[in-house]
Amino acid sequence: MIAPAHSSDPSSSGSGEEQRAIRVRILRQDAPGQESYWERHVVPYEPNMNVISVLQRIAAGARAADGRPVAPVAWDCNCLEEVCGSCTMLINGATRMACSALVDRLLEDGEEIELRPMSKFPVVRDLVVDRRRLFRGLEKVKAWVPVDDSYDHGAGPRISPEEQEDAYPLSTCMSCGCCLEACPQYVKIEPVRRDGEAPEAFAERRQGAFDRGFVGAHAISQAMLFNSHPTGKMIADERLETLTAPGGIQMCGNAQNCVAVCPKGIPLTRSIARAGRSATLWAIKRLFDR
Amino acid sequence: MAQPRVLVVGGGLAGLSATMRLAELGVAVDLISLVPVKRSHSVCAQGGINSVNALTRQQGDSEWKHFDDTVYGGDFLQHQPPVKEMADWGPRIIDLMDRLGVPFNRTPEGFRDQRRFGGTLYKRTAFAGATTGQQLLYALDEQVRRHEVAGRVKKWEFWDFLAPVLDGHGRCRGAICQDLVSMQFRSFAADAVILASGGCGLVFGRSTMSMACTGSAISRAYQHGAAYGNGEFIQVHPTAIPGADKLRLMSESARGEGGRVWVPRTPQDPRDPTTIPESERFYFLEDRYPKYKNLVPRDIATREIFDICVNEGLSVERDRPCVYLDLTHIPRQELDRKLHGILEIYEKFQGVDPRSVPMKIFPAVHYSMGGLWVDYQRSAGGGMEEGSPRNHQTTIPGLYAIGECDYQYHGANRLGANSLLSCIFSGLFCASGVIAGGEGASRTAAEEPARLFDSALRREQDRHEALLGRRGGGDNPYAIHQDLGALMTRVATVVRRNDQLAAAYDEVCTLEERWTRSAVSDTGNWTNQNVTFTKSLGDMFPLAKIILKGALLRDECRGAHFKPAFSVPGLSATDPVDRRREAEAWCDRFAANTERWLKSTVARPGADGHPQITYEDIDTSLIPPRPRLYGLVGADLIEEVWRERQASVAEGASRATVAAAAT
Repeated sequence: MIAPAHSSDPSSSGSGEEQRAIRVRILRQDAPGQESYWERHVVPYEPNMNVISVLQRIAAGARAADGRPVAPVAWDCNCLEEVCGSCTMLINGATRMACSALVDRLLEDGEEIELRPMSKFPVVRDLVVDRRRLFRGLEKVKAWVPVDDSYDHGAGPRISPEEQEDAYPLSTCMSCGCCLEACPQYVKIEPVRRDGEAPEAFAERRQGAFDRGFVGAHAISQAMLFNSHPTGKMIADERLETLTAPGGIQMCGNAQNCVAVCPKGIPLTRSIARAGRSATLWAIKRLFDR
Repeated sequence: MAQPRVLVVGGGLAGLSATMRLAELGVAVDLISLVPVKRSHSVCAQGGINSVNALTRQQGDSEWKHFDDTVYGGDFLQHQPPVKEMADWGPRIIDLMDRLGVPFNRTPEGFRDQRRFGGTLYKRTAFAGATTGQQLLYALDEQVRRHEVAGRVKKWEFWDFLAPVLDGHGRCRGAICQDLVSMQFRSFAADAVILASGGCGLVFGRSTMSMACTGSAISRAYQHGAAYGNGEFIQVHPTAIPGADKLRLMSESARGEGGRVWVPRTPQDPRDPTTIPESERFYFLEDRYPKYKNLVPRDIATREIFDICVNEGLSVERDRPCVYLDLTHIPRQELDRKLHGILEIYEKFQGVDPRSVPMKIFPAVHYSMGGLWVDYQRSAGGGMEEGSPRNHQTTIPGLYAIGECDYQYHGANRLGANSLLSCIFSGLFCASGVIAGGEGASRTAAEEPARLFDSALRREQDRHEALLGRRGGGDNPYAIHQDLGALMTRVATVVRRNDQLAAAYDEVCTLEERWTRSAVSDTGNWTNQNVTFTKSLGDMFPLAKIILKGALLRDECRGAHFKPAFSVPGLSATDPVDRRREAEAWCDRFAANTERWLKSTVARPGADGHPQITYEDIDTSLIPPRPRLYGLVGADLIEEVWRERQASVAEGASRATVAAAAT
């Protein structure tokens, strides 16, 4: 993302004290389809840094650790307060948000910080990945309340505090993709446009490939969120149909990695269990309705 | 005629609500955004959204009072009809968001719960935990996704708005945009373009705003001739967590739920704050504002916190200004239920649990009340006429602005929890007028000659190539941005002085000059964030100049704009007669200042690169301006004198009417 760099105290770099440095190792890739390569960077230490501020210094300096001028490292970010879901990457091997990854804590793990792009999505450049499959998952499960229109029809349905407290955590899912990165069943799908293939034809083929792949914990959880909403549940069957189709809930291997890595602590495995029960009931009901 | 097409720039609350309403009305929408729309800055809004509601209504509240609080809090610097319309729409908007599935907090009986926010005495604010903005945005994102699946909307995410395309009559017929992945350019023919690009916090370097809030889209519209209103009015939020990369917001809801602001009476008291006894704490907001206490309007809270640290030397820390924001007297369970989201942010980024240790906070740039100048049509009832093409139209016909990037609703200071309302309201409300505006045209934008778009596209391509082709060894754009941010934060935030503002204006010109000599370190044409940033930095200078020049010329104090040289103190006399005389003089001065300065600043781009400033009268026909007296010494007496004067003016007017009728 657009990345301003701000040193909290620019004058401090000239002080006589031995300057502490942070060493960073970044897995870079110039464009899709190209080889990835490691590059080392060194950034002066400042108190209270996070990985974003480290990347900001790297972008501003645009030099590798050996002093060689390099193109600035590309990465995604926006809010910097762990609520927009942009800055997911692999930090010291763990999938997490770069903004809330504090350097002091990371340095407890070792002397060098390692940054890699997410491995389950196609790399666009360096740490930027293409997560459109994730958003496609939300379309598939119809993650919305099917209202008639946006005109005034009075208040929404009455909802008990218990129901609200149940729904709210699911609704804080920021589509960061950590749960997908950690999931053994969610494998990378990276179709490449063929020579002479029209953009629309490619988009359609890519969507088909996405749709055959596992939809993932985030989308299952959203399906359960809307299936529990008094109006949202009016199309509950359509969501269950998706969840029982190829790419649906049957692909979950119950590794439970998703819930362990979710930065928002969303009870994803509870949603998956609920989805499993609902899907079974729905399948039985459909059998008898025939 | 072909189907009308509208281009919406920005996918926050305003852009998404406009898109949703337009799609519903059968208009094809292209929605472009720097980031996937679900990641827009609206997610950062925490506290809630204001509207009169069933509960407050029975306590004497009304749409009119919400309207009144908004204009009083904004120091009367806004045209009143649009604000009235917004307050009137409030209840309907909350109901709509409720229907869309926003998980608003609930009362035991299942109704929406409300909390109190600054600048009002009513519990008018509906909220969803402490992530209300995120929840509202998601609900709209979901609806727009639904329209997208149905083929009514096409999203262009990771795209940058570069310029409006204007025809020979100066009418906007589309825009030139750039794909930030492939760096390819594309022209969009559109019967209307709606800018919903949010604030411009990055002009100040670090702020509470997201990295996409560069202000580049509105700056580009301005550079193509769109006027800019009230640029100098920048809200500095009283409570943020200082950080190296960003100043993270600590929501006003922390105070709305009972949070107390204090400093130790002993400067830099080294003790653990929880062990400092009550008698040795200075709750300065409660002390100085017994009516609103910790919930005074934001500009006042900000100045008090700034003052207590900078001028009274009572900062909690010696080398870093900050005060305590204390929640530790509230049960943990209640905090988790109502404020979990924001407490988690503090805990994650500071490594300290705010449920057991008071937070350390300081003001930060937060919101731009100013923005693109937009028009409106007054309705017979004193509100805004729905369906008028003038609503939210900039000075460029066919180019509209909504949300934070317009100047319409918040005057000199925005009340907490009013921004989410103004964003959703302006998005929903503008749609019918935007459509009506396109209906008069003899042909659709798609039928315009291709050369109109081709030449505009080539201009942007050439600018881009020129930027990439700058010789190496030039200034580093990130360093220039850092200097710009530090300068703007120093002179154009809480306290403003004319000598500093004048000097800063020259410095900005120098920085702009340095920018023209800066060089990008990445000259490639694939996901080149370096050149995109450098381009947006170039567009920050016109905004910085608008802010500084507007602030320099405005010799008064109003809302967020505070110039100590022009502040009017409260009453000091103790003798009742003298005090009365002082109050009369105070009101004389207030009347004279209102006459001189109750006007919007309107900036237009001058040929010499400097903004040309004019002033626009304000429609204050619904609520006559009155002194904004929060916490002022002698406020009661001043208010009394002012009321008497207003009454005699009204009496004089009615006598004149009777006399006129008699003749």
